[in-house]
Amino acid sequence: MAGFDKVVSSYDEALAGLTDNMTVIAGGFGLCGIPENLIAQIRKMGVKGLTVVSNNCGVDGFGLGILLEDRQVKKMISSYVGENALFEQQLLNGELEVELTPQGTLAEKMRAGGAGIPAFYTATGYGTPVAEGKEVREFKGRKYILEESIVGDFAIVKGWKADRYGNVIYRHTAQNFNPLAATAGKITVVEVEEIVEPGELDPTRIHTPGIYVDRLILGTFEKRIEKRTVRS
Amino acid sequence: MALSREQIAMRVARELKDGYYVNLGIGIPTLVANYVPEGMEVMLQSENGLLGMGPFPTEDEIDADMINAGKQTVTTLPGASIFNSADSFAMIRGGHVDLTVLGAFEVDVEGNIASWMIPGKLIKGMGGAMDLVAGAENIIVTMTHASKDGESKLLTKCSLPLTGAGCIKKVLTDLAWIEIEDGAFILRERAPGVSVEEIVAKTAGKLIVPEHVPEMTF
Repeated sequence: MAGFDKVVSSYDEALAGLTDNMTVIAGGFGLCGIPENLIAQIRKMGVKGLTVVSNNCGVDGFGLGILLEDRQVKKMISSYVGENALFEQQLLNGELEVELTPQGTLAEKMRAGGAGIPAFYTATGYGTPVAEGKEVREFKGRKYILEESIVGDFAIVKGWKADRYGNVIYRHTAQNFNPLAATAGKITVVEVEEIVEPGELDPTRIHTPGIYVDRLILGTFEKRIEKRTVRS
Repeated sequence: MALSREQIAMRVARELKDGYYVNLGIGIPTLVANYVPEGMEVMLQSENGLLGMGPFPTEDEIDADMINAGKQTVTTLPGASIFNSADSFAMIRGGHVDLTVLGAFEVDVEGNIASWMIPGKLIKGMGGAMDLVAGAENIIVTMTHASKDGESKLLTKCSLPLTGAGCIKKVLTDLAWIEIEDGAFILRERAPGVSVEEIVAKTAGKLIVPEHVPEMTF
């Protein structure tokens, strides 16, 4: 790597420095736009005790679900984890901890974390179990709870195209949490389907400016579909 | 006769207005999209980051990068936009969505809603439901009036963990259209052939019955 060139040539290099007990923020919604090769690399590395921040936890055998197989995850921070039998089993056994977080609050925790904002007030979850133990404050007659932002030791992100400087564009709804995750990693690693030279992407169209990106790698993707639905 | 799933969707669709941005929850609420009145334009918001959601794709159109909040493959309509999850929930939390339709396990006379967790059973998570009920002014809850065992789901106080507090004003069940005001349910309409007495019997929370309760027509 030299100058602003973020490209690394191997997945070993992409996640070098990831160790036990770290916090990893992952982009993706369901199986859409997940950094599937970076997840596979975490599996290969065998690091344990991870706190993983991701809207969902993949499915059995794919996506973040594979990190459960060798019990690499200590805690999940997610909004919805209902697609995964192994997850359920480990949760009921007490081998896995889960912090269920409303989806919009989760997105904002990442956004705020990346933007240097330590906490924010939201009406979401007030009066529910989510509010337990959290500060409540009233603004203009309405009650809000204080939610703390999240910064990860690593953020793992799936983009569509990027230039070598790490300017990233996402495709369709594979965008989801990815640009937010990208801002909130101490080390942000992005895998993409295509890497081009600086200047080839229209600056107006960049979703994630390269300043957020530490390492960039070219991958090939299965892009598994969770619920294949067609119209008759 | 209790309303069918389709009739529930049809009745909800009468609350749509031209130019509405609408978020439809998973299940019966999704069916509302099939009953948008002729000549009316509404735009569907999917909380994974899509405004202007279209129908399911044909086999040729299937794209793994194009899904809805239920993780189903979908398409976009002309004029659609796609954005990140924080922007999506800024729309929702910020009150920019005109109508939200979602299911529930229970509602109560204070406008509380429980829809995400049954203690002792598997806990799957709230997804975007807590943000939706916190952010929307105009929410319609669709649900069955009572459980299969006949237990009312319209209560004095929700027994399950809440999704949101004091945020529900309109409930459509398979038996009735009900509004919530000042700590009581108000019976506004009844399903065709369903008696006021049956609705009263199946409503555990305080129910105000106006002199005239029209029957829905389909």
